[in-house]
Amino acid sequence: MIEFIDVHKSFGPKRVLAGFTLKIEKGESFVIIGQSGIGKTVALRHVAGLLNPDSGRVLVEGVQVNGARPAAMRKLRERMGVLFQSGALINWMTVAENVALPLSEHRRFPKKEIERQVDEKLELLELADAKYKTPSEISGGMKKRVALARVLMSNPDIILYDEPTTGLDPVMSMVISDLIRQMQRDFGVTSLVVTHDMKSAFYVGDRIGMLYGGELVQVGTPDEIMNSDNQVVRQFINGDLEGPIRAQ
Amino acid sequence: MMNGRTGGAGEKLVAFFELIGTRLIEFLDQAGYTILLLARAFYYLKDAPSKAREIVTQMYFAGVKTLVVCSLVGVFTGMILALQTGIELQNFGMQYQIGHLIIASMTREMGPFMAAIILTASVGSAMAAEIGTMKVYDEIDALEMMSISPVKFLVMPRVTALAAMMPVVSVYIIVLACLGGAVVANSILHVSFNVYIKHLYKGIHFKPIYVGLLKAFVFGLIISGVSCAYGLRATSGELGVGHATRSSVVASFLMVLIIGYFITAIFYG
Repeated sequence: MIEFIDVHKSFGPKRVLAGFTLKIEKGESFVIIGQSGIGKTVALRHVAGLLNPDSGRVLVEGVQVNGARPAAMRKLRERMGVLFQSGALINWMTVAENVALPLSEHRRFPKKEIERQVDEKLELLELADAKYKTPSEISGGMKKRVALARVLMSNPDIILYDEPTTGLDPVMSMVISDLIRQMQRDFGVTSLVVTHDMKSAFYVGDRIGMLYGGELVQVGTPDEIMNSDNQVVRQFINGDLEGPIRAQ
Repeated sequence: MMNGRTGGAGEKLVAFFELIGTRLIEFLDQAGYTILLLARAFYYLKDAPSKAREIVTQMYFAGVKTLVVCSLVGVFTGMILALQTGIELQNFGMQYQIGHLIIASMTREMGPFMAAIILTASVGSAMAAEIGTMKVYDEIDALEMMSISPVKFLVMPRVTALAAMMPVVSVYIIVLACLGGAVVANSILHVSFNVYIKHLYKGIHFKPIYVGLLKAFVFGLIISGVSCAYGLRATSGELGVGHATRSSVVASFLMVLIIGYFITAIFYG
């Protein structure tokens, strides 16, 4: 369903992706782990068409994302949602207005129907009390949940999660991780999660891939990653000071 | 030794031309992006009714929120103009002409120009900072992921509001400048209000008014277009937002001066 084929991407002299290849099946939850600044978000943005590779191909349901025409891209994005690291909520709008945005801007449904759907999503994510608050009046965890509610409004088949638990306390991290699992379980959503939160990665992922040096050095189930012999993977999941990974 | 010196000078000259070339390319790139952005904003005018609330909010920021500073600038511009020119006119015994002079200079040039300065500093910089912050915090990307055009959602309402409000603010500044001028004319130059108003009316002509209003309208387009363009191209976090804001103010000022000159040249040249 999501496929990276020999993707290369550099920013100036910095090589971020070098022969990045990966296939994610429909309904699967795949987690990319790796150091901060290693290129996990860059990989995710390629799927959303927010970045184009220098070479290689990125396919979503057989459609090539890089170089897609605007109409094709719009169609793809209608089936896709991104949970950005910051939540990316519009600051001057209330929680309800933010959640309604994907439908209200396109005027696909009557106002009453949009309100009903907003209430349903806010109820699902336990945000009903925050309906009329603005993003500056709610906590980081609530912002992530509001952003997720907004993503769910368009009933996407694919959700891309960019560091969904960063900056959250351990309990809220698990709440968000559980929501990601719930989306996959209840709605059959295909998930691509990038994170360096190992607890969340092991909980959320059907498979986990470790990004290092521009490519995935190991891909496996959470058990395989946990018991990996690969030195890079071992150092990263154990947080060891000694090993091939150097601070960037 | 001589060769080394010549080589060094040559390298410096090449570096100088490289710098000029780079800056020129950057300028053309930014100018082209801004013009295309304004063209796309015009295209989305068809959706203006659905964005009425946002347009009115932006008009409120541009008009009502700047009322105090516009009032002060208007009054003091008129007072300074009256004082500086009035003293000279007094030497020729022509201080009674002060009303004529103030209305002529305010409608032709000063009114739209002062409005442009105020709105660049207050509204244009805020637009660049707001949109720049949205850019670096992924809000623009989030809009695109929802297939919502940032031009329709953010740029069109701001361009429409500022282009509509700029002539109104200009007229307001002109009126207050005339009042400020009247106070100085009466109290310092001893010109009676009746004489001042009589000559003020004599100075009102149709052409300077419509050219002045046209200038104000164009300045509104320039300031909003330039500010939104810099905001949408902000990169590198908060530092990038600061850079975008500063660059938008400088570019807006320069473009207002340059385009203002050409409008004057076209109508009066």
